[in-house]
Amino acid sequence: MFKFLAVRHAQGTQYIANLRQAQAAGLRGLPTIGAPDCATGCQQCVAVCPSQAISLAPLTIDMGRCVLCGDCAPACPSQTLGFSNDFHMASTERSGLHISAARPHIDPVQVSAALRQRFGRSLKLRSVSAGGCNGCEMEINALGNVNFDLGRYGIDIVASPRHADGLVLSGPISRNMVQALHQCWDAMPNPKLVIAVGACAISGGVFADSDAIDRDFLDRIQPTLYLPGCPTHPLTFISGILDLLGIAT
Amino acid sequence: MTSANASLLLCDLRTLPTLTLTQLSDQCGAQLALGARLITLFGRPLQPAQHPTSAFQVTAVLLVSDGGGHALQVLRAQAQSLEHYPALSATFPCAQSHERELWEQTGLVPDGHPWLKPVRFEGARQQHMHEYPFFVVRGQEVHEVGVGPIHAGVIEPGHFRFMCLGEQVQHLEIQLGYQHRGVEALLLRRPPLALTPLVESVCGDSCVAYAWAYCAAVEALGNRPASLETELTRGIALEMERIAMHLATLGGLAGDVAFLQGASTYGRLRTAIINATQRVCGNRFGRGWLRPGQMLALDTARRVDLIETLTRFRRDWVQVNDLLLHSASVALRFKGTGLVSQTAAQELGLSGPVARASGVESDLRRTLPGRLYSAYPIDTHRMSDGDCWARMHQRMFEVSQSTQWLLGVLGNFSLDLQSPPTPHKPVATTLQANALCVSLIEGTRGPTVHALETDDQGALLHYKIQDPSLPNWFGLAMAMRDNTLSDFPICNKSFDLSYCGNDL
Repeated sequence: MFKFLAVRHAQGTQYIANLRQAQAAGLRGLPTIGAPDCATGCQQCVAVCPSQAISLAPLTIDMGRCVLCGDCAPACPSQTLGFSNDFHMASTERSGLHISAARPHIDPVQVSAALRQRFGRSLKLRSVSAGGCNGCEMEINALGNVNFDLGRYGIDIVASPRHADGLVLSGPISRNMVQALHQCWDAMPNPKLVIAVGACAISGGVFADSDAIDRDFLDRIQPTLYLPGCPTHPLTFISGILDLLGIAT
Repeated sequence: MTSANASLLLCDLRTLPTLTLTQLSDQCGAQLALGARLITLFGRPLQPAQHPTSAFQVTAVLLVSDGGGHALQVLRAQAQSLEHYPALSATFPCAQSHERELWEQTGLVPDGHPWLKPVRFEGARQQHMHEYPFFVVRGQEVHEVGVGPIHAGVIEPGHFRFMCLGEQVQHLEIQLGYQHRGVEALLLRRPPLALTPLVESVCGDSCVAYAWAYCAAVEALGNRPASLETELTRGIALEMERIAMHLATLGGLAGDVAFLQGASTYGRLRTAIINATQRVCGNRFGRGWLRPGQMLALDTARRVDLIETLTRFRRDWVQVNDLLLHSASVALRFKGTGLVSQTAAQELGLSGPVARASGVESDLRRTLPGRLYSAYPIDTHRMSDGDCWARMHQRMFEVSQSTQWLLGVLGNFSLDLQSPPTPHKPVATTLQANALCVSLIEGTRGPTVHALETDDQGALLHYKIQDPSLPNWFGLAMAMRDNTLSDFPICNKSFDLSYCGNDL
């Protein structure tokens, strides 16, 4: 009994009170793009990017592709590129994930009144890893730990697609998972939505060119929420989903 | 032929004899009979320019006893398309997954293989998962339970089929491949020095072990081996990763027996460790910590931050372990469950903590310590019971030893972890031609193997990755025999193997 109490005492208060305002110390998060001062013909950042996330004229980063590896920043001779600790990277539109010097932030998540009314107090999610590397999956698991405690908002990961309102998709969608993914989606009752977690789910990420992936599923169903990252940081996930449902912190 | 770093082997391929496939099989068998360990076995098509007919180059890597220590040995053979050879697996079950993979990737047939089935359904077999030839147990009261590929928790996909007599499991068959992303082919499409972000994504819970195996290989092929200081900073990353991953497993184990205080405590302890990793390298999983030819400088502030994090961690860690180890409800579920005997573990070629929990001496940090773990040895430990309890306890020991090792090197301020080595040599952009580099890192789950082969121009010809999970999955199947269905979650968690590492 005393051992239980001692462990409980050492645990203290672990939950993060305001998840939107939390600090992700050290996180290599949202890139910063300085005033474009690129030398003519310079392609250094494009060449080192492992997921074709960077395009030039004007210098634009597609956060749906970016894996936040950080390799572009030291490669840039004019020091235009850098990274901030900002984890607010969610968007409801795929096109909203493009950032540039003129548009340094991702388009804010559009709060949906309909979604808020239906799921604002209870949203049940089913996670499907379709070729994920277990990075996003571990971060999705971390959403339920005592620090992030997503359950406090009535948002839970459930065991069966029959109980789920949303499909949390991670991984680039390996061909070998296509059938199971479709079956899971079809087993979910309407109304339902897809949340794309991580660069792999959003764009294929570093696997986009592989012959072993098949992304037809996303041609059929457009995600309601895009959560960039590699893997998606739990704070990116939580702030994005709270914004979508208009939940106050 | 051998590099200074014993956990790495660099060969000039022109000096290696070319065997026939049967000779390779025979020589491997002779070594295995003497107690050698089969590290990896793989094949690739011969370059069409030199061999117009379809033929394959086969490579086997063994860990052999060498005087008092251990050394890596490479055997090479050439084989014609669809050639048959006597299966090693018939005598040495440890070869079963390797021969299956070789067959799946090249079509070379091991005659007499008792379990010749695809390991991941790659190439033309993709999307034919339903054609898996399951073992069938017959009998009036036999029934089957299929689980997956999608599971109840947030976990990677894999299919488990239990053949049961009542509640008792006679056999578990594990079908994997759902995570196959064609990694090995992708690794040949980009410049060989720019592969780290992709390598870190092959098995995203073992980023550091993978990145280190890769970096060491391309650095050796470029004749620019890393300095000891660089290896120290990488070792710090690796042991942080080991602590974090074992904590995730322990939290899962506690949760699976409804010991919620353990689950929540291990969960928040893991948060503290991975957040410290993020403060060093920008990512909670250690992505970005390693790059070929580079050393991540640990300045005093970051170093003190790590020391303080680990010191606080150690206090609470000891306390929660004590609680778990003295809880009757935990002992009742774990003790005697999911037994893998030492003989079975040895014969199946299990590696990493699951082998050590069955009493097998298998830790590269001791057997092939390389420069780093020779200079700064780490205590390794093995249990003997081979049950879920032993696997849990083994992980606890490993976390404690990693913590002690980390506090030792971080607290020794005479070690400079801040300045890049002088004179600084940038990583070579050309790799040694006609070379094979086999690079091994003892990751959380065991030996992570990366084998890189270059052609006569120094271009990357083949990149073979082998996760320790590949042979270990069969250990889980053996652990489930004669247990009940409801023991599966704790057996599975106590192994905590990688799906994506197996599937590539």
